[in-house]
Amino acid sequence: MKKDQLIISKKNFSSRLIVGTGKYKSMHECAKAIKLSGAEIVTVAVRRVNITDKKKPLLMDYIDPKKITYLPNTAGCFNSKEALRTLRLAREIGGWKLVKLEVLGDKKNLFPEMIETLKSTEILTKEGFKVMVYCNDDPLMAKRLENSGACAIMPLAAPIGSGLGIINEINIKIIRKQTKLPLIIDAGLGQASDATIAMELGCDGVLVNTAIAKAKKPFQMALAFKNAVIAGRQSYLSGRIKKTLYGNPSSPKSGII
Amino acid sequence: MKKKIKIKLNGRLKSINKNSTLFNIIQKNKIPLAKVAIELNRKIVDKKKIKNINLKNNDKIEIVHFIGGG
Repeated sequence: MKKDQLIISKKNFSSRLIVGTGKYKSMHECAKAIKLSGAEIVTVAVRRVNITDKKKPLLMDYIDPKKITYLPNTAGCFNSKEALRTLRLAREIGGWKLVKLEVLGDKKNLFPEMIETLKSTEILTKEGFKVMVYCNDDPLMAKRLENSGACAIMPLAAPIGSGLGIINEINIKIIRKQTKLPLIIDAGLGQASDATIAMELGCDGVLVNTAIAKAKKPFQMALAFKNAVIAGRQSYLSGRIKKTLYGNPSSPKSGII
Repeated sequence: MKKKIKIKLNGRLKSINKNSTLFNIIQKNKIPLAKVAIELNRKIVDKKKIKNINLKNNDKIEIVHFIGGG
């Protein structure tokens, strides 16, 4: 049987779960949760080195970028200029070309600023970046991103960190139908079953941070998400039954005593 | 007495010796060069060339690395 893998920009991954590395109590907790989740890609942020506290642990000491793919993210950027600066620096750290673009438009709802996102996608693609793009669940904008050179479309399920799950299944289905690019649900998942739903809608993967990091038991939740993504993918590939209005007995109608 | 110049390192004002190179700053602050990127006055610096970059008064240096994020 052919191996079912997630392929992003010609790179193959066995796991369809991408996890964020923020909001954990410690680096140790973060590293253990990632291991349990089975994720092969993790998002990371670019920030100033702490000059005053040199003993502060470094992410790379806990999560080996040779074993786990680092996906530099522009979280916290509110315009194209900031995002481009961040990703150019990320590339400089160690040659990272596969990046996640996230340009936010509003501090309260954290929705993406799509005009700036589109502009940044075009520039970054021209500069040789492979850009996975956080976006609204808007099929028209998703198409424009695809035409601008995005290597993956990453619509939100709901606002970042909200835990609301997939708000607009119809739009996700439409985006799925229109694109051959990897489609990865990026933000707003709250529990493992949300990931299963995303996968059953035909998404290629999900990205989860808060739902794992802030769960009462992050390790258990990491494992739950791992299993949920596998279950959802298998369910999607299995081809579900048609929904009917009335009952249809499972046992034969003939030979009833 | 050595003459001093003022620079900004990651937003903090620092007084350093005149004729200091960017490499001196990296060394003094024990920065793991392989794990960072450096900007000098908003321009990305080629890490291989930092020994040849002399710092001037009011230079702004940003040194960044990867941290946990979503």
